Amino acid sequence: MAGRKRKAGRAAGYKLLIFGILTLCVILIAVFAPYLTPYDPYAQDLSNALQPPGPDHLLGTDRYGRDMLSRVIMGSRTTIFSALLLVAIITLAGGAVGIVCGYYGGKLDSFLMRVSDVFLAFPGMVFAIAAASVLNRGVLNAVIALACISWPRYARITRSQVLAVKDAPYIMAARLSGSGTWKIIRKHIIPNIAGQVIVTAVLDIGTMIMEISGLSFLGLGAAPPTAEWGSMMSNGRSMLQTAPWVILSPGCAIFLTVMVFNLTGDTVRDFLDPRYRGKRRRE
Amino acid sequence: MQNILEAKDLKKVFYKNRVPFEAVDGVSFHIGKGECLGLAGESGCGKSTIAKIITRLIMPEEGSVRLDGKVQMVFQTPQDSFDPRRTLGDGIMEGMRNQGMGKKQAKERACEMLDLVELDRKFFYRYPHEASGGECQRAAIARALAVEPQLLICDEATSALDVTVQAQIAALLKRLQKEGGMSLLLISHDLALVQYLCSRVLIMHQGRIIEEGTPDEVIQDPREPYTRLLVESVL
Ligand SMILES: Nc1ncnc2c1ncn2[C@@H]1O[C@H](COP(=O)(O)OP(=O)(O)OP(=O)(O)O)[C@@H](O)[C@H]1O
Ligand SMILES: [Mg+2]
Repeated sequence: MAGRKRKAGRAAGYKLLIFGILTLCVILIAVFAPYLTPYDPYAQDLSNALQPPGPDHLLGTDRYGRDMLSRVIMGSRTTIFSALLLVAIITLAGGAVGIVCGYYGGKLDSFLMRVSDVFLAFPGMVFAIAAASVLNRGVLNAVIALACISWPRYARITRSQVLAVKDAPYIMAARLSGSGTWKIIRKHIIPNIAGQVIVTAVLDIGTMIMEISGLSFLGLGAAPPTAEWGSMMSNGRSMLQTAPWVILSPGCAIFLTVMVFNLTGDTVRDFLDPRYRGKRRRE
Repeated sequence: MQNILEAKDLKKVFYKNRVPFEAVDGVSFHIGKGECLGLAGESGCGKSTIAKIITRLIMPEEGSVRLDGKVQMVFQTPQDSFDPRRTLGDGIMEGMRNQGMGKKQAKERACEMLDLVELDRKFFYRYPHEASGGECQRAAIARALAVEPQLLICDEATSALDVTVQAQIAALLKRLQKEGGMSLLLISHDLALVQYLCSRVLIMHQGRIIEEGTPDEVIQDPREPYTRLLVESVL
């Protein structure tokens, strides 16, 4: 029994390692994108337009003759960075609201939760489209629009987690030891609820990549000529039959990246599962 | 004898599905300096609630508590009273660190406290789930004693211990009380332990104190029918 659990724990560990490395690769590609591109992703060469994939251009060229591989690599930066930024913003903002609401309760809690209800009641993408079109075109504004509709979910998750631990005997013991509110939140509450929130955040990175590319696809995110997967797909959509590589390259990039992040999220969740956690430490 | 604690007309109402329920209903008592007071009663009669009111972990609806000095408590569920993500040592040091003690000094003292409750020093680095209930209970006693409280509340402090360790802890508490002048509020349904340690005992029933006296009086000659029932069921 214990052996099986230990094995399950170790398998989760190996999986985490593999997906962790894959995720790291994706992020490293994004970080070092400018050094990895075989061609200048913004250099137009109309005499070379719409070349199919071949030895010179592994993923072909678009209608301005720009190298698709270079643009996909460069686009990873825009798309993945903005998704990570978005998830970081909503985790921190939603988490902070959730902790305040959960720990203090009372009128402030009711007020903030009603506000978040209002946001949750909107169909998310519709709100994001509206917000993004009011703001100027740009990836950062797409991030802001999506952050506006996404923080309430994190506030809710964090709040319910805080409510679950705040009356635990160990919190009372910490209060009796003379620890102040801030210290208790920092040292006892956050470490005990972080796991669940982090798993949600990691699982959300994939979704956020899709939403940011979605907004860009609709022309509300990255402005041309910025290389961004969603807007690149949008550029290629009229040529699906004549030059499918223009839409398929960024499409596959989105597909693979989202899959890597989702699988990593699942693995992190398995890894942090309390059923394995205790056993692993005890060894 | 001066009193270290005076509690007057404590009242605490909990709401169970919006129905008010008086967990503590007009309780008054005092504890003298160096005295050991026992508090006994059936499960759910409000003993832990009184302990939490005294330690200001919950606010009573009515009544006042006058406390002369530091109070510490050994919680009823010792394993849950340590943060699952921190070592027992961290938990023991927390109170001392909050009082401004340096890390090294606090660690030294924490280890001395572990010696005092006869727990191996390696438990300093253990997590709560790596220790048994009894070991956590002793660590909790070490944590409470580390900050030298004038009043120690033990909520079923020896329930998870086997008889020999229980006797050791009881002897330790008695010694601390005799030598250090520490006052003790002992919550327990172990009337033999109450008899051994306490000079006075309160019997609670449904949120009220129904009987008070020396343990011998209460056990040998209970006045209230409920107390008789309690004594008979335990002994
Ligand atoms: N936070 C709470 N919310 C609602 N009801 C509570 C709460 N805490 C305690 N109660 C109720 O108050 C009553 C007294 O609880 P308390 O914990 O003081 O009992 P106790 O005397 O310590 O019992 P035991 O011997 O089992 O520890 C119980 O009926 C309990 O259900
Ligand atoms: Mg109790």
